[in-house]
Amino acid sequence: MLIAGRAGHLALAALALALACMPLFASPYYIGFASSALVAALFALSLQLLVGGGGMVSLGHAAFFGVGAYAVWWLTSASPTAIVATLAAAAFAGGIAALGVGALALRTKGFFFLMTTLAFGQMLFFVFHDTKLGGGADGVFITRPDFGMFGLVWDIPRRQRPAVLLWLNLGMLVAMYAGIAVLFRTLFGRALLGIRANEHRMRALGMPTHWYKLAAFTLAGALAGIAGHQWAMTEAFVSPELLGWHRSALALLAIVLGGAGWLHGPIIGALAFAALGEAAGLVTERQHLVEGAVILLVVLAFPRGLGALRR
Amino acid sequence: MTAAALLVQILNGLQYGLLLFLISSGLTLIFGVLGVINLAHGSLFMVGAYVTFMVANAGFGLWLAIPLALIGGTALGVLLERFLFRRFYHRAHLDQVLLTFALILLFEEGRSAIAGNDFHSVAIPAFLDVPVPIAAGFAYSAYRLAVLAACLVVAMLMFATIERTRAGAAIRAAAEKPEMVDLLGMDARRVHMLVFGAGTALAMLGGALAAPLYSVYPNMGDGFLIVSFVVVVVGGLGSVAGAFWAALLVGLVDTLSKVFMPVGAGAAIYVLMAAVLLWRPAGLFAAARA
Repeated sequence: MLIAGRAGHLALAALALALACMPLFASPYYIGFASSALVAALFALSLQLLVGGGGMVSLGHAAFFGVGAYAVWWLTSASPTAIVATLAAAAFAGGIAALGVGALALRTKGFFFLMTTLAFGQMLFFVFHDTKLGGGADGVFITRPDFGMFGLVWDIPRRQRPAVLLWLNLGMLVAMYAGIAVLFRTLFGRALLGIRANEHRMRALGMPTHWYKLAAFTLAGALAGIAGHQWAMTEAFVSPELLGWHRSALALLAIVLGGAGWLHGPIIGALAFAALGEAAGLVTERQHLVEGAVILLVVLAFPRGLGALRR
Repeated sequence: MTAAALLVQILNGLQYGLLLFLISSGLTLIFGVLGVINLAHGSLFMVGAYVTFMVANAGFGLWLAIPLALIGGTALGVLLERFLFRRFYHRAHLDQVLLTFALILLFEEGRSAIAGNDFHSVAIPAFLDVPVPIAAGFAYSAYRLAVLAACLVVAMLMFATIERTRAGAAIRAAAEKPEMVDLLGMDARRVHMLVFGAGTALAMLGGALAAPLYSVYPNMGDGFLIVSFVVVVVGGLGSVAGAFWAALLVGLVDTLSKVFMPVGAGAAIYVLMAAVLLWRPAGLFAAARA
């Protein structure tokens, strides 16, 4: 997996700046739309750690996103909670769920891994759908965690909330991107890339590849939990639908759309796909028709993703 | 619970399992021979069920819907293989996932455009809509027995074709070494088309048989697809015999757990899958196929 060079990072910074300036000119509707798109980008980025990093194509990743979002509900439904606490809890819950699923699913490879992650992800979906753990099949509204730390709470007027949520999601995305970029400079990151290229050779070199993969799977689950936390913050609503495998497939789509070989690919892909869905919604009620046709076109015409067009 | 009531539940489990076999055998065969994963396999099942619903709406019965599902399914499968899947045999898993996910979106949107988004029930054929006494005081639906028998016949035909006929030998050979099949003067591409067509026809047949039992509804393929994945993981990827026994096992475990464990029964088959992964990561019947 490649990380953008100086010019690429300048372009990404310009994109981030443009998004950050949106409250100056855009309507609340489009600010909210951008916030949701950034959550999708966060989630796709957390999956890229697995796909681009370790070559693990998982269809169960949305389960950890959903678990993270539900962690917010578990905490805030009892008493008002500060965002630092909910964020930590969401990451922890996503990571623990991923550790459990990964310990079993990583015994398999390739297509088997795909099907196993999908099945375990759906199992978690049914747990939230059918039991009282998730507050019912129709979902529940949540009170947002306070913007506070160590007892100090910053009260945001209702009118400013969309802008603050947008900046929060954007800040999270930048932080997660930077964190993963740094991770791939460490020995752990290099070992993951080696496993993606040739796992047998890495094992022959004495690397405990299974543990590296499990660590990456757990970490990616924790990051997905953070993305789920941002979903809960942004939408103030959680439902079992968040855990469904369609969300995982859409994140994979974002990765391919933006160029599977790049760390920033999922960000570009997720934002582009959100814009596409919005544009299609203006033209027709059958959004899925447009989305399906575009996905088909992309996999048929650009085997290496839109991000590869430049080369 | 009396023995007769238990017998009814066991029959239910076997019937569900055999229906799962129709879906998962196509999935595993297509993977074994073509090397692609078809997430849209559940959508093909859904198409079969909706075809049955529309045929019934037009005033005809299952006697028309089943041949239509078989012929239409084969044709649809051949077209899908020829124009889409053929290009993806050597592409990354990720691309195959996206291709088939796009197909799911298109199939579901097409279903919504043609048949709408409502639940519909489909009538059981009149001559099968009778209870059959199986024990003192217990009767069983004749239609369910007919489905059971039909699935068993299909399974036996499949095994006979794969193990005993020339076409079956070609299929087994194409799964191992497609280049060798070509060199021996047979067209491996035609074998691929045949297998994809047969797999699609099986999924649509499953949908046609299931429509009177489960009614038809949007995204109905999703649930069956996921359970079919569990079957394939338990049985071993690419093994038709494994899919058969695993489908029966999963059908029984799911049905009986729902009888005996009111809470959390939906998770039983996933626990089974986890146990198989711990014990034999390649599936219970992986050794059956070299």
